[in-house]
Amino acid sequence: MDESHYPLGDHARTEVRAQSGKLLSQLTLAEARSGELSPDDLRIHPDTLREQARIAAEAGWGQLAANLRRAAELAIMPNERVLTIYEALRPYRVPQTRLFELADEVETQYGAIETAALIREAAAAYRKRGLL
Amino acid sequence: MSLSRRFRERAERPIHRDSFVTPWPDVGLVVADSPNDPAPSLRLAHGHIVEMDGVPREQMDLLDLFIAEHAIDLSVAGEAMATPSETIARMLVDINVPRRQIIRLVGGCTAAKLVEIVRHLSVLEMMLAFAKMRVRRTPANQAHVTNRTDNPVLLAADAAEAALRGFAENETTVGVARAAPLNALAILVGSQVGRPGVLTQCAVEEAIGLRLGIKGLTSYAETLSVYGTEQVFIDGDDTPWSKAFLASAYASRGIKIRFTSGTGSEALMGHAEGRSMLYLEARCLLVTRGAGSQGVQNGSISCVALPESLPGGVRIILAENLLAAMLNLEVAAGNDALASHSDIRKTAKLMCQFLPGADFVHSGFSSMPRYDNMFGGGCFDSSEYDDYLVLQRDMQVDAGLRPVREPEVLAVRERAARALQGLFRELALPTIADAEVEAAVIAADSRDLPERDRVADLAAADRFLAGEQTLVDIVNALDRAGYSDVAEALLELGRQRVLGDYLQPAAILSHADGHLRVLSGINDANDYVGPGTGFRLQGERWAEVCNIPEALPPETYLEGQGAHPADRLRELGVAAPGASAEVVIAVGPAFGRALTETICGLPHEAVLEQLIGGIAEEGLTARIVKVYHTADCAFIGYAGAQLSGSGIAIGLQSRGTAVIHRSDLAPLNNLELFSMSPNLTLDSYRQMGRNAARYARGLPVTPVAVTVDNWVRLRLIVKTMLLHRRECEEVDVQRRPVELHFDYEPEV
Repeated sequence: MDESHYPLGDHARTEVRAQSGKLLSQLTLAEARSGELSPDDLRIHPDTLREQARIAAEAGWGQLAANLRRAAELAIMPNERVLTIYEALRPYRVPQTRLFELADEVETQYGAIETAALIREAAAAYRKRGLL
Repeated sequence: MSLSRRFRERAERPIHRDSFVTPWPDVGLVVADSPNDPAPSLRLAHGHIVEMDGVPREQMDLLDLFIAEHAIDLSVAGEAMATPSETIARMLVDINVPRRQIIRLVGGCTAAKLVEIVRHLSVLEMMLAFAKMRVRRTPANQAHVTNRTDNPVLLAADAAEAALRGFAENETTVGVARAAPLNALAILVGSQVGRPGVLTQCAVEEAIGLRLGIKGLTSYAETLSVYGTEQVFIDGDDTPWSKAFLASAYASRGIKIRFTSGTGSEALMGHAEGRSMLYLEARCLLVTRGAGSQGVQNGSISCVALPESLPGGVRIILAENLLAAMLNLEVAAGNDALASHSDIRKTAKLMCQFLPGADFVHSGFSSMPRYDNMFGGGCFDSSEYDDYLVLQRDMQVDAGLRPVREPEVLAVRERAARALQGLFRELALPTIADAEVEAAVIAADSRDLPERDRVADLAAADRFLAGEQTLVDIVNALDRAGYSDVAEALLELGRQRVLGDYLQPAAILSHADGHLRVLSGINDANDYVGPGTGFRLQGERWAEVCNIPEALPPETYLEGQGAHPADRLRELGVAAPGASAEVVIAVGPAFGRALTETICGLPHEAVLEQLIGGIAEEGLTARIVKVYHTADCAFIGYAGAQLSGSGIAIGLQSRGTAVIHRSDLAPLNNLELFSMSPNLTLDSYRQMGRNAARYARGLPVTPVAVTVDNWVRLRLIVKTMLLHRRECEEVDVQRRPVELHFDYEPEV
């Protein structure tokens, strides 16, 4: 997938799947009426986020690409988990050890390598600047 | 109290209600050039930054650490920092240097370096650079949709109108924080009724904002605020890392984000560290880039009056927009909060973004009266739509708005309010009465709506936020309520969320062949490299911008003219010189035939009666001739005077412009000239007749007093031009003046 495949809505509409695994073409009002549409059907799939990350990187938006790769890692996490990590990263919320724990957890449970690196980096910076 | 009335009157003008102050750099009250701003520097060791803008690694604060780790492209940093800032400034305005080349180089710049580059540029150069550097080729605009009572029915109607008027994004916020879910829901539904594909957001506390997005109530968020000093950042209850995480969290749910920053916030929050506003903003922007935000809302935003109180403030606000674009960030360019009491000043400031074009010219144009704006007042509001549309047409500039007609506006307002009514019923939210819908359609602001039970609304909002319902339930409820097309539009937003195309830089959803299509920096990249390139307002879109309701077809201005020729007026033969006791009335070639009324609607026959009556009152007779060889008032009068036995003539153009002439005067000289035809009444013409007769008799004359209204020329210039053109069409340069018979006897 490269820049020429963007937007996916034009070039890959028939291939893109929601996080639930449903194809985009199955996300219809008829499906909704018959009660076959679930919230996960309207959630973006991590693979799609990785594709968007590749597109961003190739077009010269390196930092945005990194963000979208972290997003791909978070996409499969439950909402409450994501909100918990955000809360922990805010100033003066948790001790440094808790941040390291969180980093280890997301890495082992979700394979969230880049997110874990961001959390560890924050932990080090917070210690240095007295934010823990 | 001033002695001079002129000074006193000027002191009453709106500009004098703005605040102005002399700089005080030590507290951050300086827009750029603080003596405390660091000089650019960057030292690398083993692939890491060990010193940046004079700060060694061990002394770096949170922002420095984050910027050093994430924001600066080390592969070009050496080259960028070694390139003289003036050289990069020149590249910005050099149309032969494409955007990409500058983006690459700027990627290696520190905050101090960025400031040093843009300080070389004048406002004009910044505007040119901004036109070249913005991310998306097609400009767009964003609306604010709020009201004081968090009235959801009015929010839905206003959101629909904003969408119809062309805004690509609609942003709401709250009067009471708990109202957020219903406010977000109301503008989501309203916007899709107005125009499917409009992205919506609700500005609230970060964690709540994320919850709204996860539920599918919003499709973007932009209040991820960042600040340029560590203390203020922490006071905002975040760090660069928590913001970066938040950015990823939103993206993980398919939600577009942009950060928010802007000059003046650090000084206002008491911790500017003696740095200039622009330097601190450059730090904000590097944090924004480092965190991987696709864009930023900047241009001072809610603190705008603070930089504007200082010398060069408006220039520096443009400089911060430009810096963001140079960092390859989408820019929602401010022009949102109240910036000045003066319409002149606020519009002049607007031109800095309006003329170059921006990804979003306003990061919130108040789509309702500023009485209801909950974002700091609304620098521009719904009362100014028509002015704004004229500015687009004047400048051939696309600032994202389209002209609309009242019936279509009322139709979408009603449909949005009805759809929300049905949705609330299906979701068991508090009832919306028909009377509320009817009021919302034609309301000016929230005072025109029946009061709602706010306790019930807020309790329902709490339950909605805590409950399990998501976009899927909203889609189903709209469908059950009979709004399948609105349900389909919301479902399409859901599909767009699954596609993630609008997570790319500067993305908006536009329409192509009946489908939504993303336009972003990837597939609609700004390719400006001078005249003939980049975005041009042309074709269908230009025709749309031209089509303001006030623009009438030219024939409208001549309606009624010539429909009923003056049948009491007959042509006799070639006019001959006359006797001494007469005044000649010389009329223009279209008089009484092709044209039958003056510019202000006086019938030609009535005008003639007054002139003849006035002449008769002074004991003389009138003779009427029609001049064919010229349409010019002075020459018509001059021709008449040559034929007049007394040497006196009144020259009268068909539009009513008149002159009293004498045969021995030069053609363009006169005794009295009445150039302001719209100000002339029947009484003016009677007095004109009397005066002309008194000149003929050699009596003393008091010039006819006429109303002076200089605005008249402005108001009637199109009609003047069209009437004159009609008169010119009747000119026959070969034809000599003709004697006219007018069937009228004055009572004396």
